[in-house]
Amino acid sequence: MDLVGGRVVDPDGPLNRREGLRIVDGRLVEPGDQADLESDLMIDLQGGLLTPGLSDMHVHLREPGYEDAETVATGLRAAARGGFTRVACMPNTNPPVDQRSVVELLLARAREACGVHLHPVGAVTRGLKSDDLTEMAELKEAGVTAVSNDGFPVFSSRTMRRAMEYAKTFDMLIISHAEDEGLKGDGVMNEGYWSTVLGLRGIPAAAEEIAVMRDIALSRLTGCRLHIAHVSTAGSVDAIRRAKAEGVPVTAETAPHYFTLTHAALQSYDANFKMNPPLRTERDVEAILQGIVDGTLDVIATDHAPHSQEKKEVELDQASFGIIGLETSLGLVMTHLLRPGRVGAEDLVRLMSQRAAKIMGWNSGHLRAGELAELTLIDPQATWTVDPELFASKSRNCPFGGWELQGRAALTVVEGRLVHWEKSRAEADSGLLVRAL
Amino acid sequence: MVKRRHLLGLRELEPLEILEILDSARSFREVLDRPIKKVPALRGITICNAFFEPSTRTRVSFELAAKRLSADVLNFATTGSSVSKGETLIDTVRNIEAMKVEMVVLRHGSSGAAQFLSTHVKANVVNAGDGQHEHPTQALLDLYTMREHLSRLQGIRVAIIGDVAHSRVARSNIWGLTKMGAKVVVCAPQTLLPPDIQSLGVKTSYRLEEALDGAQVVYLLRLQRERQDGGYLPSLREYARTFGLKVEHLEQLPPETLLMHPGPMNRGVEAENAVVDGHRSVILEQVTNGVAIRMAVLFLLWAGREGTPAVREMLREGSVG
Repeated sequence: MDLVGGRVVDPDGPLNRREGLRIVDGRLVEPGDQADLESDLMIDLQGGLLTPGLSDMHVHLREPGYEDAETVATGLRAAARGGFTRVACMPNTNPPVDQRSVVELLLARAREACGVHLHPVGAVTRGLKSDDLTEMAELKEAGVTAVSNDGFPVFSSRTMRRAMEYAKTFDMLIISHAEDEGLKGDGVMNEGYWSTVLGLRGIPAAAEEIAVMRDIALSRLTGCRLHIAHVSTAGSVDAIRRAKAEGVPVTAETAPHYFTLTHAALQSYDANFKMNPPLRTERDVEAILQGIVDGTLDVIATDHAPHSQEKKEVELDQASFGIIGLETSLGLVMTHLLRPGRVGAEDLVRLMSQRAAKIMGWNSGHLRAGELAELTLIDPQATWTVDPELFASKSRNCPFGGWELQGRAALTVVEGRLVHWEKSRAEADSGLLVRAL
Repeated sequence: MVKRRHLLGLRELEPLEILEILDSARSFREVLDRPIKKVPALRGITICNAFFEPSTRTRVSFELAAKRLSADVLNFATTGSSVSKGETLIDTVRNIEAMKVEMVVLRHGSSGAAQFLSTHVKANVVNAGDGQHEHPTQALLDLYTMREHLSRLQGIRVAIIGDVAHSRVARSNIWGLTKMGAKVVVCAPQTLLPPDIQSLGVKTSYRLEEALDGAQVVYLLRLQRERQDGGYLPSLREYARTFGLKVEHLEQLPPETLLMHPGPMNRGVEAENAVVDGHRSVILEQVTNGVAIRMAVLFLLWAGREGTPAVREMLREGSVG
């Protein structure tokens, strides 16, 4: 397969800024090598970007237990369409990912799916309760490199301390769902002007910030690598920035909705804007953007959280938290970060591929000759309107329906195989030309 | 108002629309004093009172208002949430609508329920209280009562005392009063004041005496007893001591000052008995005016449906009263 005419974007990689790539037998080869071989597929992307495969270190695939909202197969298909070659799925399933058998089930399901790599995240504590630690050594043997109680904070500081000490023993990453559950109470949106106007119970920014600061203190105490999930507030960004300057082994992620939407969106009482942590203020959005630009926030993840229509098309305070994001993330990042010039193409690759791979210990996030090809071909000119009805995801809980976005994945390649190819759209909307099949 | 399909809250109403409702209510208020308290304004129209939350006075008031307008009334009540019954709110009301109901009066424990419903049904939706969001007809009857006594709303000073944080009545009153040019101060311990309440155009005070200074209306909010269990208050006793209205407070107030309460009241908590039953109290008048306000709202929403010959004819004949 020859990919010609596109610019390779792989910061610090040997192929950076080259034109085009060649894939032979699933592996990348040096451009120019084996030129005599007949290519079985030649794709000409004028002005396109060839990047290492995008990684999403925070998704929910709902299997096992909630297959009406998503399955491994549909979730990975959505990932492929969004340009992702690897995703990490969170353990709050039913049963949760707190033992080897569930990890094995997920990996088996992934092998039957479209080819996108799946990395299950194990639970920190059994049953996602705040009591007993999981058998992390065995979980690691089964293929888990990080543990998290995502969706449920580990509310006991003592348990979190022990979890960090134990995880460090096996060099496992702890991903923190930073939330003071008591302070959150039965809140449904950010506490502030709009919660007052709308009469909805608020979740103060402090509910996140207290937990971020606690977990940073415990990381400092134990030396365990800590990753803060879905950062949404200015105070959290500040705390993480200070901790990093001090040398605490902490990394962090945010999600596209935290730099594209504010709590004012809840005016419609549309549960597609109900997420946890909640959408915050303009000031928080600015701080998130700043954190992305200055590297305080390492990663853009999606926190893809599918819910069936019955869980969302109800009164707001009774609706489930969360939105899907795999198929909109790249477009939102390109439209709202790349196009206004807040980040460049190389930053995008760091934010959406390389840093997640590094944090999670994945052998991806780079393009090197001789390795199995794992890449995403981005068409930065493609303009498209978000229509959740067309998504591969089983759920439709997306707040971006109707938004005009510029930029999307035209092609996703895993181990040299096409797992997604936006053929008709790519041909129609851009300079993408397929010369031979 | 006549251009709107629904009454969801006072936040979205223009001052002129509020005035239109208050003026219409005055006509309907006269109807209530007639020997035969009934007009044919909504004859042939079916109104469903869908109450998903316990309520006596609001439901009865709406029912009476509908009947005074000659509408047919269907009462639908359930305690607890619709979801707990296994049917969603939309499905429940779509079923009612399938029985050819023209208007739905909705009381619901979830903020935004009326707005949510209005996007899913063809009927006119009247919000009869949604969670902690708004209770527009209550605020309209409050504005009506204030205007009747003080002859204006512009520039009057209103002190709202009590659990503002959890009160839909407070929110609707704040929108209505500030739009009409009144000066509003809210007074409660910080635990019962919502964040950024000042952004709604009101002052805040933690001291009752300060809030009452120069007030022409003292509006007491119902203190829900569960606030004590929720950790908002150490005890009802301390609340009554610190924020309860006492006879000596009234003595400091101008002679025309009104005492109002949306009811039901906790005697001895929000105010001393002697205050509640005193001559400044217009609490029962509020109840009477509520029927007139609800008649006005139901009528104006229905009249706003263009192309309804019966309504046009009625308006031409001036059969409103």
